[in-house]
Amino acid sequence: MSTLTGESTRVASWRLLLRNPVTVVSAAVLGVVVVVAVVANWITPFGVNDVDVPNALRAPSGEHWFGTDELGRDVFSRVLVAMQASMRVAVVSVAFAVVVGVMVGVIAGYRGGWVDTVFMRVVDVMFAFPVLLLALAVVAILGPGTTTTILAIGIVYTPIFARVARASTLSVRVEPYVQMSRAMGTGSLYILGRHIVPNIAGPLIVQTSLSLAFAILSEAALSFLGLGIQPPQPSLGRMIFDSQGFVTMAWWMAVFPGATIFVIVLAFNLVGDGLRDVLDPKQRTMIEARSQR
Amino acid sequence: MTDQVLSVRGLRVRIGRRHIVRDVGFAVQREQTLGIVGESGSGKTMTALAATGLLDTPGAVVDGSSILAGETELVGASARLLRSVHGGRIGFVFQDPGTSLNPLLTLGRQITESLETHRKMTRRQANTRALELLEAVGLPDPESRLHAYPHQLSGGQRQRVMVAIALACDPELLIADEPTTSLDVTTQAQIVELVRDLQRDFGTAVVWISHDLGVIGQVADNVTVLRDGEIVEQAPILDVFDDPQHAYTQELLHARPIVGRSAPAPLGNDAPLLLRVDGLDVRFAVTTPVGRSTVHAVKRLSFELKRGMTLGLVGESGSGKSTVAGTLTGLVEPDAGTAQLDGVDVFDVRGAAGRALRRKIGLVFQDPFSSLNPRMRVQTAIEEPLRVHGLAKGRSGRETRVAELLELVGLPAAFASRYPHELSGGQRQRVSIARALAAEPELLILDEATASLDVSVQAHILDLLAQLQRELGLTYLFIGHDLAVIQQMSHEVLVMRDGEAVEYRPAAQLFADPEHEYTRALLAAVPPARPRAAVGAGEGS
Amino acid sequence: MTAALTHPITRFIARRLLYSLVVLAGVLVAVFALVHLVPGDPVRIALGTRYSPEAYSALRSASGLDRPIVEQFFGYLASAFTGDLGVSFRNGDPVTVTLLERLPATVSLGVVGIFIAMVIALPAGIFSALREGRISDAIVRITSQFGVSIPDFWLGILLIALFATTLGWLPTSGYRPLLEDPAGWLRHIVLPALTVGLVAAAIMTRYVRSAVLEVASMGYVRTARSKGLPPRVVTFRHTVRNALVPVLTITGIQLATILGGVIVVEVVFAWPGLGRLVYNAVAARDYPVIQGAVLLIATLFLVINLIVDVLYAVVDPRIRLA
Repeated sequence: MSTLTGESTRVASWRLLLRNPVTVVSAAVLGVVVVVAVVANWITPFGVNDVDVPNALRAPSGEHWFGTDELGRDVFSRVLVAMQASMRVAVVSVAFAVVVGVMVGVIAGYRGGWVDTVFMRVVDVMFAFPVLLLALAVVAILGPGTTTTILAIGIVYTPIFARVARASTLSVRVEPYVQMSRAMGTGSLYILGRHIVPNIAGPLIVQTSLSLAFAILSEAALSFLGLGIQPPQPSLGRMIFDSQGFVTMAWWMAVFPGATIFVIVLAFNLVGDGLRDVLDPKQRTMIEARSQR
Repeated sequence: MTDQVLSVRGLRVRIGRRHIVRDVGFAVQREQTLGIVGESGSGKTMTALAATGLLDTPGAVVDGSSILAGETELVGASARLLRSVHGGRIGFVFQDPGTSLNPLLTLGRQITESLETHRKMTRRQANTRALELLEAVGLPDPESRLHAYPHQLSGGQRQRVMVAIALACDPELLIADEPTTSLDVTTQAQIVELVRDLQRDFGTAVVWISHDLGVIGQVADNVTVLRDGEIVEQAPILDVFDDPQHAYTQELLHARPIVGRSAPAPLGNDAPLLLRVDGLDVRFAVTTPVGRSTVHAVKRLSFELKRGMTLGLVGESGSGKSTVAGTLTGLVEPDAGTAQLDGVDVFDVRGAAGRALRRKIGLVFQDPFSSLNPRMRVQTAIEEPLRVHGLAKGRSGRETRVAELLELVGLPAAFASRYPHELSGGQRQRVSIARALAAEPELLILDEATASLDVSVQAHILDLLAQLQRELGLTYLFIGHDLAVIQQMSHEVLVMRDGEAVEYRPAAQLFADPEHEYTRALLAAVPPARPRAAVGAGEGS
Repeated sequence: MTAALTHPITRFIARRLLYSLVVLAGVLVAVFALVHLVPGDPVRIALGTRYSPEAYSALRSASGLDRPIVEQFFGYLASAFTGDLGVSFRNGDPVTVTLLERLPATVSLGVVGIFIAMVIALPAGIFSALREGRISDAIVRITSQFGVSIPDFWLGILLIALFATTLGWLPTSGYRPLLEDPAGWLRHIVLPALTVGLVAAAIMTRYVRSAVLEVASMGYVRTARSKGLPPRVVTFRHTVRNALVPVLTITGIQLATILGGVIVVEVVFAWPGLGRLVYNAVAARDYPVIQGAVLLIATLFLVINLIVDVLYAVVDPRIRLA
C-alpha cells in the first residue's frame, strides 16, 4: 500500500484493533469463555446435580474450587455448565435478532415509503416496552423455559437491530456512490449486496457485541426470577437467587456466579467498545492520528 | 517597527514525527492585508493558528517567534496572556458560518461576551456597542437581530455576524481563514467589500487565508504562497501576479480559471439534437420538526443539447441546478415536463428500455471522497456498468476494458487493484469519469465535478474532459457555480436562479454582453484576472 | 388565539402527541392480544390446580372471554378508557385498584434512582469528556463499564449482605410510605435506589461523556476560544450547555427504562411496587393483571418521552422559533 501526496496511510482495521490492550485482553477472555462453554460438560470435576449434604456449605478449597452450596453440590461445576447454557441462549437469541432485525431494517431503509412507515411503527411499539417487561410478557404467553427465554430475548432485541440497520442503510443510501449506481441502472440486489451491506457492517458488528452482553444479563435476570432456564438445569441467575438466604455464611454461593456473569458481560462490552473505536469513521480518524505519532 | 502588527519568524509546527509547518516567516502592517495562499495540505491554517497561539491539536509542538505589535511574543506565551490577546487584540473569522456560531445563544449575546470579557463593559453598554457593530457590518434590522438566533439568518448574514464578533473589541489584527469559501460568489463579493471598508475605518491589519487566487487578488497587499508547509514565494501582490518567480506560483496562476481566457472548440453547424427538455417542473415536500412545506425547486425549465456540445448550467446554491440533473438520471421524479433523448422519453420508461436509457446518460458527482465505495477496488467500481449492461465478455474481457478506460483518463492500469483511500482526490475523480465512460454514454452529466478539487488538479481534469469530448464526441451537461470554469467548458450557458431560467444563450454572447441583471451581478462578483491593486487607486469596486 | 395555534411549539407538540397516540394504539392492540396468543386456554392455565367446571365457567364469563373477539376488543378499549381493567384471575381484586396501590412505591424508587444517577453521571461524564485521553478519563470510562456490566440483582444482594445483614445500618427489605413515615421511607429506599441508580449512572455517564465530546468538537467552541473567553465560560456556557440538550433526552429515556426495569430489584428487596406485581402475576398466569400492568408501564413510558420532547422544544430555539 503506497501513499500519495496529501493522503495518510490507512492502517488495516484489525491491526488497529490489536493496538488497544484492553480490547486484546477482553477478546482473549472471551476466547477462553467460549472454549470453556463448549467443553463444559467434559471438564466438570463433579456432577452438576450430585447432592452431598454432609459437605454442604463448604468454603472454596483444593477439592471444591468454588465451594459447595446448601445441598453440597460443587459450585464450580455448576458455574461451568450454567455458563454454557447462558452463552447458548445469548448466541442463539442474538442471532435471531440480528437476522430478523437487519432484514427488516435494511428493507425499510432502502425501500422507504409505506413499507418503511409500517415496519418502523411496529418497531416503535416494541420500543415502548421496557426490555425486561417485554420479555416477561412473552414468558407469560408461552410459559417459562429455555426455549421461551431464547425466543423472548430474540424478540426483545430485534427492534434495536432494525433501527441500527435502518439508520445505517439510510445514510449509505444517499452516498454519491450509491446514487451513481442507481443512476447507471444497477439492479437493487447488486446495490444492496455490494454497496449497502458491506458499508453497514460496522455499526452492526458493534451492536452485536453489545447485545450479546445484554442478552447474558437478560437471561440471568429471567433465570433469577425462575422464569428462564428451569431447574434441575443450573443457571447463573437461579444460583444467585438460591444464594439469598446464605450470603453471609456462604459468600461463595453468590459471588462466583455473579462474578462470572460480570466478567463475561464486561468482556463483551469492552470488545464492543474497541470495535466501535475502529469501525466508526469519526472515532477511527482520531485513533489513527494518535497511532501515527 | 511598531507599524508591524504581527511579525513571524522561523515558525515550525510538528505533530509527532510529522513536520506540518517548516520555517515560515511573514509580517503584516497596519491597515494592510497579507494573503496566505495554498492548496489543501499546505499548512496555511496551521500556520495562522500557530502564529496566534490558538492551535490546540493534541501533540502539536510549536517553535519559532511570533511578535504582536513589536512587543508581545505569542509562541510559548502563557494561557492567560493568550486569552487576553484572543478577541481583545486579535479577532478571528473562520470558514463555516453554519457551525461557527452557538445555536443556543442569541447573536447579541455572542457579541457581548467578548466585550464584557475584554472591555469590562456592563451588559447595557455591551448591548449598545453590539447594536453599532451589527449596523456596521450591514445587517438589516439590527435591533431585532440582537435577539435573533443563528439559524434564523442566511450563510452570508452569519458571516457578517462573525466579522462583527471578530472586530467587537477593535483588535489590531484580524485573521480570516477561508471566510468566503462556503459562500455564493455574490455574497463573497459583499463580504470582501465589508472587510475592506472596516479595515479602512479601523486601521486593522488583516491576514486573509484562501486557496482561491481570485479572492486573494481582491484583498491582499502582500502575498505568501505556501506548499507542504514551506514558503514558496513571498512578494507584493502585483509582483506575484505579474512576475511570479517560482514554478509552483506560475502553475497556480496558470491553472486558475479566468473569464475570457479560453473557450471550448467550436461546434459544427449541423450537429444533431441529442436532448430536448420541455417545461420541467419539480416540487419537493420538506418535513421539519414543526410541519411540512413545499419547495418549488425547478419551475418550467426548457433547454436543448446538441451532440458534441457542452451546456453549462450555472447557478448559486438553491438554484435547482442539481435537481435538474437528478431528474435526468432517474433519481428525482419530476412533477411535470418532458425530456426526449434521441427520441426516447426519459421520464416515462421502464424495464429493459429503462436500463438502456440509463446507459446513455452518465453521471459524475462533486465529492471525490464519497463518489467511490470505500470497500470496493477500482476494478470492481469501474466494471459495474460493464456488468449491468453486458458490455464485456467474462472476467478477462472486463479487466481488459477497465485497463483501457484507466488509460483513457490518464491513470496507470495498475491502479485497478487499489482501494479509493489509496488515491488522491484528483485520481478518484478520474476513476469516477472512467466508470461513467464505461457504459459508453451519449450524454455525460457533470454535477460540480471539479468543485472540490485543488485548482491545479481541477485544471488537469478540465483538460481531460475537453480532450475526451474532442476524441469521443461526448455531449456534456456541465453544472457548476464557477463562471470562469463554465465559460472554459461550455458552448451554451443557462443561468438559473430559484428554479427558473434567467438567461439562456450561446456562451460567447452571454459573457460578452449579459442581458439579465442577475447574470451581470454574477459576472461582476467574479474576481477579475488582475488584482485590485492593478486597477489603481481611486477606481471603484 | 390563532397565533398560538400555529406557533411552532404548538405544532411540534401536536405532531409528537399524534405520534404518541398512534404508538399507544399499537400498545393497546398488543396488550389485548397478549391473552389471545397463549397457546392453550388462559383461564384453565390460570386456574391451575384450583380448576373445577364451575370455577372455570365463572371466571371465563367474568373476564369476558366467552364473547366474540371483536366485541372483546372494543369492550376492553371502552373499559380501559373508563379506568376499568378487569379483575385479577388470582384473587378477584379490581386490577386498576391494585395498580394504583402499587404505583407510588415504584415511582418513588424510579425518581430517587434517577436522581442518584444524575448526581453521579452529570459531573462524571462532563469531567471525563473534558479530560479526554487522560488517565482520569480512563478511570471514569472503566468504572462506568463495570457499572454497565454488573447484574443489578446481584448488586442488590451484595449491598444487602454488606449494609443490612453484616453492618446492620439499613433494613434488608420492605417499604414505608413517604407521607406516613419520612425517616423510614428514606431508610428503606436507600439500598434499592442505590442498586437502580448506580447501574443507571453507569449507563448515563457514557451518554453524557459522548454528548459533551461531540459538542466540544463543534466549530462554535473554537469560536468561543478564539474570543479569549475564560475557560470556565467556554466549558459551561458553550460546551456543557449545548450538550445538556441531548442529555435531557437521555435522562427521560433512562427514567422510563427504569420504571420497567425495576422488576428484578423490587423482587430482591421485596418492594411492593408494580414490578413485583408483574412478576407475581406472570408466575401465576394472572393475565388481567399482566395486561393492566404492561399497559400502565408502557403508557407511562410514552408520557415521559412526550414530556421530554416538549421540554426539548422549549429549550432549543431552533424549534421554538422555526
